[in-house]
Formats: sequence, C-alpha cells, structure tokens
Amino acid sequence: MMDEENLKQIARLAKIELKEEEVKEFSPQIRSILALFDEIDEVETEDVKPTFHVFGLKNVFREDAASPSLAGEDAIKNAPKKERGYIKGPKIM
Amino acid sequence: MKNYFKDGIKGFRHFVEDGETEEATRRLIDKIKENRFNAYITVCEDAVERAREIDKNKGDGRLLGMPIAVKDNLSTRGVETTCASKILRGYVPPYDATVVERLKENGAIIVGKTNMDEFAMGTTTETSFFGSTRNPWDEDRVPGGSSGGSAAAVASGECIASLGTDTGGSVRCPASFCGISGIKPTYGFVSRYGLIAYSNSLECVGTMGSSIEDASLLLDVISGKDSRDSTSIDPTLYRRSSEKFGKIGVLTQFFDGVEEDVLKHVWNAIHKLEDLGIEYEEIDLPNLRYALSSYYIIAMSEASSNLARYDGVRYGLRGKDLAWDTTFSRIRAEGFGKEVKRRILMGTFSLSAGYYGKYYLKALKVRNLIIKDFEGAFRKRKLDAIVSPTMPYKPFKLGEKIEDPISMYLSDIYTVPVNLTGLPSVSIPCGFSEGLPIGIQLIGRAFDEETIINIAKIYEENTDHQKKVSGLL
Repeated sequence: MMDEENLKQIARLAKIELKEEEVKEFSPQIRSILALFDEIDEVETEDVKPTFHVFGLKNVFREDAASPSLAGEDAIKNAPKKERGYIKGPKIM
Repeated sequence: MKNYFKDGIKGFRHFVEDGETEEATRRLIDKIKENRFNAYITVCEDAVERAREIDKNKGDGRLLGMPIAVKDNLSTRGVETTCASKILRGYVPPYDATVVERLKENGAIIVGKTNMDEFAMGTTTETSFFGSTRNPWDEDRVPGGSSGGSAAAVASGECIASLGTDTGGSVRCPASFCGISGIKPTYGFVSRYGLIAYSNSLECVGTMGSSIEDASLLLDVISGKDSRDSTSIDPTLYRRSSEKFGKIGVLTQFFDGVEEDVLKHVWNAIHKLEDLGIEYEEIDLPNLRYALSSYYIIAMSEASSNLARYDGVRYGLRGKDLAWDTTFSRIRAEGFGKEVKRRILMGTFSLSAGYYGKYYLKALKVRNLIIKDFEGAFRKRKLDAIVSPTMPYKPFKLGEKIEDPISMYLSDIYTVPVNLTGLPSVSIPCGFSEGLPIGIQLIGRAFDEETIINIAKIYEENTDHQKKVSGLL
C-alpha cells in the first residue's frame, strides 16, 4: 500500500524534497500507477527466466589498455563549483 | 520564394550541388528562430558558417550539406544539451554522441537541438521545462512525444530530417502525430554512446524524415557497432534469413479501444497492401496485455537508478550548499518536473527492499514471455511484419491528458511492446481524419529493418499520404 507516509519515506530515499501539496497531488496518482503495476501479479512466471538483455548478450570485454581520453579541464568544465582542478561537493560531515 | 525543403533529402541535394547551401541554411535558421511551433531548444549558431564552407570546398558524404535536427538528449560537443530539464540547463557536453559524430562525418549540418518531454518521459512533449511543442497540423494539439520537437521540425520544414530517441514509442508516436516517417531500430543496431540515459534496456536512437527513404538513409548513416557502447551489435552476426513470406500479421488486440477513424485508415492500409500482394492474418499475443505494466515498471525502475546522478556536483543546477543530503534533495526538488519526480518515486519504490521480486524481477520475466510471443508469431505463422495502429488516437489537444498520467500511459499500448522485445519498427502515415494525420506501425524481426522499410516503401509508392506533409513546408 502507498499512503502519504510511505510516499514521504520513498521521497527521502530518492533524495527529492516533496512539498506538502505535491504529496497530496502525487498520492492518488501513484496509487493508480501501482494498480497498473499490479496487473502482472496474475501472470504465472515460476519457470520463466528474467530478461536482462533482449538477445541474451553476455559480458563484452576489451583489453585493459590506456588510450587518450578527455582532458581533465574539459571533464570538470561543467561542474558548478570547483577548486584547484577538483570538483567541490557539499559538506558531508 | 524558392522552397528548399519540399522534396526531402533528394531535393535538397540539388541545392547543395548548385552551391546554395548557405542561402538555404540561412533561411532555415531564420525560420527556426521565428519559433512558431517551439520545436527547438537551442539553435546551432555555426550552421550557416558550416554551409558556407560546404559551398566553397564541396567535400563528400552521404548527407553533405543536409540540415539535420538532433533531439536534446543526444550529446553535442560545445552545444548546450538539456534533456528539456531545468536540472541540466547550461550543460555543454565536452564530446559528441556517436550518432552525432557519424552525421558530421557524412557532411550533415546540425542545425539545432529539439524540444522533448523532460528526460524523454512523456507522450506529448508537454513535460518539457521549455514549454510544449505544437503540432504543425493543428497548433492547439500536441506533436506527440517524447521526440515531439524532432517530428514537428521535419513536418514544418525547420530541418530536412532529424534524430529522436525511442524508449516506449518516442520516435513512432510523434512521427504518427506529425504525419511523417519514423524508424525505431533493433536494440543495439545504433550506438547509445552519448545518449543521456533514461532506461538503458529499452531505449534506442531513431530517425525521422518526411519520407521513409529519408529516415532510412539517416539510419544507414548512424548505425553499426561502436566499441564505446558494449550493447551495440554487429548486425551481420544476427542477420536473419532473407526468406520472404509475403505475409503480415495484424495485431487486432485492443482494437475496441482504438478511435474509429484511426482503425478505418489502418484497415484501409492493410487492404492496400493486400492489393499489392501482401497477405494478412489476424493475430493475438496472449501476454501482450501485460506489456504496459511490465514496461512502466522496468522504465521507471531504470529511470530512478539513472537519474540518481543529478545532484548538482559534476554538472547542472546547484543551489546554496547545506548538509549534503539536504543540498541534493533541494536541487532535485527544484530541478525535476512532476512527471520525472513521479517516475523516480515509483522506480525507487519498485526497487526497494521487499518489492524487487514483486515488481522489477517479475516484470523482467513477463518481458521474456512477451518476447517469446513475438518470436512464436513470426516463426510459426511465417510473417514478414506485424502491423498495428501506431497510436490508438489522433493527436490530443494540448493539456487534454497531462493531468492524468494513467490515461497518457495507456496510449502507448502498441508502441511499448516493441521496446520490451527489442524489435525494429517503423511508423508511416496511412491517412488523415479531420485534418489530422494517422500512422500505421510495422514491426519487424530482429535486425531485419530492411523488410519493414521495404514494405513501407511499397506502400508509400502506391499512396500519397506521406506527400501531404510537403503542403506544410
């Protein structure tokens, strides 16, 4: 079941701060999406394998060889906050 | 005034040969900037200069001088790429997607980045942070989605052909709603390197043009194995037998939910094909009624995982720094729109402890059953293609379905099975009702794009629905 409390807990896990009016708006919508999800309950799948790749492709390996890649300054160019060639994140402690 | 865009790639080639690329491109960029349908998010300012170089130096390439539009979730080096989301505003990729690289190698001119549903989540292009694209056939209606900008740009002569992406119908739906041709290739046929991921196991880069010929030329240019996408496949390893049966299957399931005039035109097309020597039989795939539920479980689960990367650290929106979790939660609250939030929440839920087996894993099993249904139909009934309406309805009015996510999802009933199974599929126009285009979908065997494209070409040569779009150009 998905009540407003569950929804808030899921939002915390997903790291999305929900406003109270969003909780009100999303709750019934999410319940009807869950009803759609539940339609597969009735399918018998005991002996069925899950599909991880549509054509059964397995791991693809390559040589572990170095090759030219993005220049450091291009790689961090889009970071909103950086310092001395490093990307700066928010405080974690 | 000379119309450069009326006859697709073939017509435009003459202007390139005559050294009129610069003039045509300048006029095109002016038209894009008028922004009548809100088809673009970003215009490529260097397009005219590129065209001038081509007039001066000629060069070669199968798309030499062609003005091509690219959906805004495909990375373009040096050109802002936003996925139509506030969270990615200002992001300028330092590299090109493989498909963009291949277009450029073949002489194409990228004219701009097209509008779309935010992160490709939608069926109408209304979830774009930059406002909805309008349908060139009726400005009060949606162009379809999520590649709505790419389709509207082709239909309104704001490019000659375009790239879109298709996760659950996002190339075929707008192609259908805008009266043009769209191709969603077999999964792995085209590299996804540089496509900003939403649902990796379902999504493909696809092509659109005012004719199936243009769309298939573009596909030919962008396809092929790419070592930077380990799921891309060398199609020669998989090529099916070239045996042709001259028979198609008609997916009559869910026909009672299809609008009457849509159904009428789809049947007319099937009978037209019959006159042209292609037999049909009605088919019914038992597990297809679970396609929508398994599709949305898989798509949303993969979305919640993929979109975890948007935290304002490496790119995109960043607010005031507080404790790390508050910082991230606020950036994501501010940066994502409603549909994206809903899908992340649903995906987070269906992957959470205690629910994984019930939802995600179960959906992957149902997916296998649906794959087997299609394989069985193609093999046992000896079919070259399976056909259905592309969309069960004509283009909606703007705002008609946006507040009701479920009714929006239900309109994807014929397009999502193709992504679940990885099969190739095309949508081509098959008629008009109340001035609005209607599309028919042809689904092919894996890596047998050729057969469905050929059937589409035979149909195109013998009808003139696809020519109607040139009236808008």
